[in-house]
Amino acid sequence: MTKDECKQVVTDIIADIAPDEDLTNLKPDVRLRDQLQLDSMDFLDIVMELRKRYGLEVPEADYLQLASLDSCAEYLTPKFNALPTKH
Amino acid sequence: MKPARIVITGVGLTAPNGNSLAEFRGNLLGGVAGIERIEVRHMGSQLAGVCHYDPLRHQTKKEVRVGTRAGSIGVYCAHEALADSGLNWATQAKDRVGIYIGCTEHGNVETENEIHNISKFNYDTKFWSHYHNPRTVANNPAGEVSLNLGITGPAYTIGAACAAGNLGLIHAAQMLRLGEVDFALCGGISESIHTFGIFAGFKSQNALATHADPHQASRPFDRARNGIVVSEGGCLYTLERLEDAQARGAKIYAEIAGYHVNSDASDYVLPNPVRQAECVQASIRRAGLTPRDIHLVNTHATATPLGDIQECEAIRAVFGAGCPDTYINNTKSYIGHCMGAAGALELAGNLPSFDDLTVHPTINVDDLDPACALPGLVLNQPQRVAKVDTILNNSFGMLGINSTLIVKRFVR
Repeated sequence: MTKDECKQVVTDIIADIAPDEDLTNLKPDVRLRDQLQLDSMDFLDIVMELRKRYGLEVPEADYLQLASLDSCAEYLTPKFNALPTKH
Repeated sequence: MKPARIVITGVGLTAPNGNSLAEFRGNLLGGVAGIERIEVRHMGSQLAGVCHYDPLRHQTKKEVRVGTRAGSIGVYCAHEALADSGLNWATQAKDRVGIYIGCTEHGNVETENEIHNISKFNYDTKFWSHYHNPRTVANNPAGEVSLNLGITGPAYTIGAACAAGNLGLIHAAQMLRLGEVDFALCGGISESIHTFGIFAGFKSQNALATHADPHQASRPFDRARNGIVVSEGGCLYTLERLEDAQARGAKIYAEIAGYHVNSDASDYVLPNPVRQAECVQASIRRAGLTPRDIHLVNTHATATPLGDIQECEAIRAVFGAGCPDTYINNTKSYIGHCMGAAGALELAGNLPSFDDLTVHPTINVDDLDPACALPGLVLNQPQRVAKVDTILNNSFGMLGINSTLIVKRFVR
């Protein structure tokens, strides 16, 4: 998975958990909370959806890594690429 | 000191056959029921009363996603009631508004959904939603209304089984009289059709209705009745002290005349006609009326074989003879049993009788059960009557809770 693909995965999740938001001009280097109406429960949603959809765990100590799309890509892309390959 | 007079100044509702009082009333006079078949988890196709309001009229998509169906119904009804009341919401002190919502049950829907959700993950509870607790706390429906409308006064639910809709109004009247709040949103709500447990429970009790034609499935007082049609719904009223309503020139639907709540203390599920009659009698006495002063009795009857007979027994004991101006009807024959919303919705459906002097009928009575043949029962066709100055609304529930609410035509 590339970092751009990773950003798309996160954006797709955000589209589901914040369905009223317009995500077309989401800036990757700006904190998601500064661009969208997201609260702490919504971030737990992102964590839950990563778990449900991809079996990917984000420990609580790492939640800050999900601040922006760029930081998500930095943090999550290696984790995605380390997931066991499905056969 | 005489207690403050309390009046109804607004109505917001969603029923299986209408999303406004006008639509609901039109269908009650037109004989239009609102029962359909839905797929219920683990149970397949079942008869149910489904509300078809637009949640996005008053909620964001995110509010709908995060909240509960009961909360959504509450928000819809609250907005519609406020708009109907004509209150200037922008200038209303939000800390002086109370929200009192009757519920039969709450939390089953979300709990069932979460168990279903984790069943897809080998029951690993790390997939259990972080929304489960705020969705299932018993005050959830009132809390969602508070959040949506920015109401900072007391907001809570009243658990009273299927007597709960009346309890919402009664409790609001009490709180207004105590001076706890100046304005109340009150009534009842049910999301019951979204839990398989309530269908399965009634089925295990042999109390779940079946019929080839959904619209004929709910048939109180008919000899062929065979149980309850489970429905969702909601109805919230705006209640105010008369002086406040008059000061702002509000339209007044009716005045709270009297009420009573008691308990059977005799069985978990079987009604007790003696206690029901006592409840009705006490409400009439507390309203300063006699049985012959009651012009319309809206029954609770849910179309169970025994329950209908027992309520008729209670009504016969109170209104049996010497009440020529008393007419009796039932609203569940159109919409099924809306559980916590039932009392509030059924009262709303009858309020227009003060203006149109017409009693909506009980439909689906093709073969009246002689044990339910009460004098004054209005069957299958609306009936014009000489006088409607009072409406008595019965709502009874499991664990033997009985509630009767009487409203009267507002006279200055």
